Amino acid sequence: MFNGVKLKKNKYNKLFKCCIFSLDYTKLYKSMKKLLLGDEAIAQAGIDAGISGMYAYPGTPSTEIMEYIRASKTAKEENIHMTWSTNEKTSMEGALGMSYAGKRAMVAMKHVGLNVAADAFVNSAITGVNGGIVVVVADDPSMHSSQNEQDSRYYGKFAQIPILEPSNQQEAYHAIINAFDLSEKLNVPILVRITTRLAHSRSGVELIDTKREQNKLELPKNPNQFILLPSIARVQYRALLDNYPTFIKESEESILNKYTDGSNKKLGVVACGIAYNYLMENFIDKDIDFPILKVSQYPLPKKYIAKIVAECDAILVVEDGYPFVEEQIKGFLDNDKVHGRLDGFLPRDGELNPNIVAAALKGEKFEKTADPEIVQPRMPSMCVGCGHIDAYNALNEALEQYGKGRVFSDIGCYTLGAYEPFTAINTCVDMGASITMAKGAADAGLTPAIAVIGDSTFTHSGITSLIDAVVDKSKIMVLISDNFTTGMTGQQDSNALGRIEKICEGIGVHPDHIRVFVPIAKNHDEMVKIMNEELAYDGVSVIIPRRQCVRTLKDLELNAQIKELGLA
Amino acid sequence: MKSDIIISGVGGQGTITIAATIGGAALNNNLNLKQSEVHGMSQRGGSVVSNLRISDKEVFSDLIPFGGADIILSIEPMESLRYTSYLSENGWLVTNVTAYDNIDNYPEIEALKSEIKKVKNSIILDANKIAKESGSSRSNNIVMLGAASHFIDIPTDELEKSISQFFNAKGDKIVNANIKAFRAGREFVSGLI
Repeated sequence: MFNGVKLKKNKYNKLFKCCIFSLDYTKLYKSMKKLLLGDEAIAQAGIDAGISGMYAYPGTPSTEIMEYIRASKTAKEENIHMTWSTNEKTSMEGALGMSYAGKRAMVAMKHVGLNVAADAFVNSAITGVNGGIVVVVADDPSMHSSQNEQDSRYYGKFAQIPILEPSNQQEAYHAIINAFDLSEKLNVPILVRITTRLAHSRSGVELIDTKREQNKLELPKNPNQFILLPSIARVQYRALLDNYPTFIKESEESILNKYTDGSNKKLGVVACGIAYNYLMENFIDKDIDFPILKVSQYPLPKKYIAKIVAECDAILVVEDGYPFVEEQIKGFLDNDKVHGRLDGFLPRDGELNPNIVAAALKGEKFEKTADPEIVQPRMPSMCVGCGHIDAYNALNEALEQYGKGRVFSDIGCYTLGAYEPFTAINTCVDMGASITMAKGAADAGLTPAIAVIGDSTFTHSGITSLIDAVVDKSKIMVLISDNFTTGMTGQQDSNALGRIEKICEGIGVHPDHIRVFVPIAKNHDEMVKIMNEELAYDGVSVIIPRRQCVRTLKDLELNAQIKELGLA
Repeated sequence: MKSDIIISGVGGQGTITIAATIGGAALNNNLNLKQSEVHGMSQRGGSVVSNLRISDKEVFSDLIPFGGADIILSIEPMESLRYTSYLSENGWLVTNVTAYDNIDNYPEIEALKSEIKKVKNSIILDANKIAKESGSSRSNNIVMLGAASHFIDIPTDELEKSISQFFNAKGDKIVNANIKAFRAGREFVSGLI
């Protein structure tokens, strides 16, 4: 069978050149192929585009972008900045500073991270850039590892900047390289939106031959460009607005957007980003007779949208995420020939797939056949030997006298304490919310209230919350479960390492009420005793169960750091 | 040529290693491929799946359509059944029999086996035992790859080459143990089809 494949190699090569990649970049670049995750293709593209800095906080499904750069020999040789940031806002601001200095910077985060970075992100559209900035945001339709499925394209539109939404790994690679040129040409950051499916799927990617040199250190030509005082901001904002028609023109001329005409005008399909693949999957052995507009660059290419809507009797919009494009085309007056997620042709939520799109083309709904009844759900759980488990066992016992319903938790492995057998927590909303929600509940009279937060989440967004609690002398107990790592996303560096007590003391938590212990079964009674003492305290107490994440025990570098800091 | 392969198991069982090994062989042979994986939260002892798609034509979707998979290769018996809606009419389900029992309501193994046997083309093997007998108890995932290799349109020597490349950094001993495990899995199924 394999020989058969070999014989067809010439045919394959021909196919490869004309349609393997929807972009005909093979003419522009020739080189080798590498098997890369979507995230990794993006990271490699950043290196090849000559970035001087990569800024990110770990978050599924974006984490592998920074991880790839941190493991890259070239990135190290090139001295590319690649320290994990404390959160997404500091990432975005770091990139903006690097841009001010004339160099290229890439930022990566998960979709909810963009909420954290939003202030810097939206205003960076008004400052514009000096060195190019590309902000990669990985959305998570179907919430595989997230608390919502918000669609980052709305943020791009809100900031009024161009958005790229590549449909596959190869396109992502070239899109990132082009995005840096586009950013410097148009004087705005570029948002690149991907979804879990692209981020975590591998494919062969051809790389360009020669990487770009990094930009030289160079101050902005206009010394006021980055000073957003109202008098200057008004001018800058006007310039951004004046630039918008150029952004539309760029979209209309972009190689990423492709209009394929068809003789059957009963239906026209607008397919965005990865949803284009789910459409095309249904036509591998069949001809397509209807017009298709593939959209991978925004603002929407106006002339193509106008053409497909004018020529076709009905329009189906397929997009992963919210009905972002559908809503724009449909408009306020509810053009009833536009179909998609809003009118039930496609499901309103969740990730698309080839079957769902196939059904929608026929005006039907796809129903997945049920799994055999014998199959039971298998939820993720904390690892055997995890310190969070011992901390929860002690907390549950300590809280028996106060009753349930008063534990405010946060985002991390310890959120799994919501499941049996612990059912130890009552909330999980956003990074850092544990402490401020506990404080708010205590303000309302629910005392004692308990916050459970991890070390990395604490430095990400818990410090400001703790200041609020200290200022109000709130009767809360904050449990910072310190395992020296950002665990859930795969054990990345924690910027809290060796800093937690000093931070808490510096904020004003009384040193007598900062209690550290090792969460292991044999310390159970001692832990319960300490918790009981602090639960009775009329003020802010911080208790720190501290034990290394079992998944990092072989990490020699981390072990050396822990030893040097005297943490274990 | 087209092989759409579902690789299932529990986080930490080595599904991505299997996918990467087949993927490497496909790339070495200039085939197109897409390999969708589960990273993040579910890796903590939850169910995980890789969608591996190999073709001499362009591969569009990163996900295998329901009813389109040529093979379900599972390192865990209950997980093999979670994805039967992906299996094509004449597709093969090849699964390890050893349960990964980390939940309270894990079904009886005999009940699972009889459910698996309802699938038109199915093979159940004890990959843990075969791995142990071949001298590498940790290579049960590679035993499973060997077992399923009969149904993958890539020559055996190319798969072996890819295994060698994948484990190369860990030294000859590990490479040889995995090649041995691969051959033992392949051999076991040879007698059944």
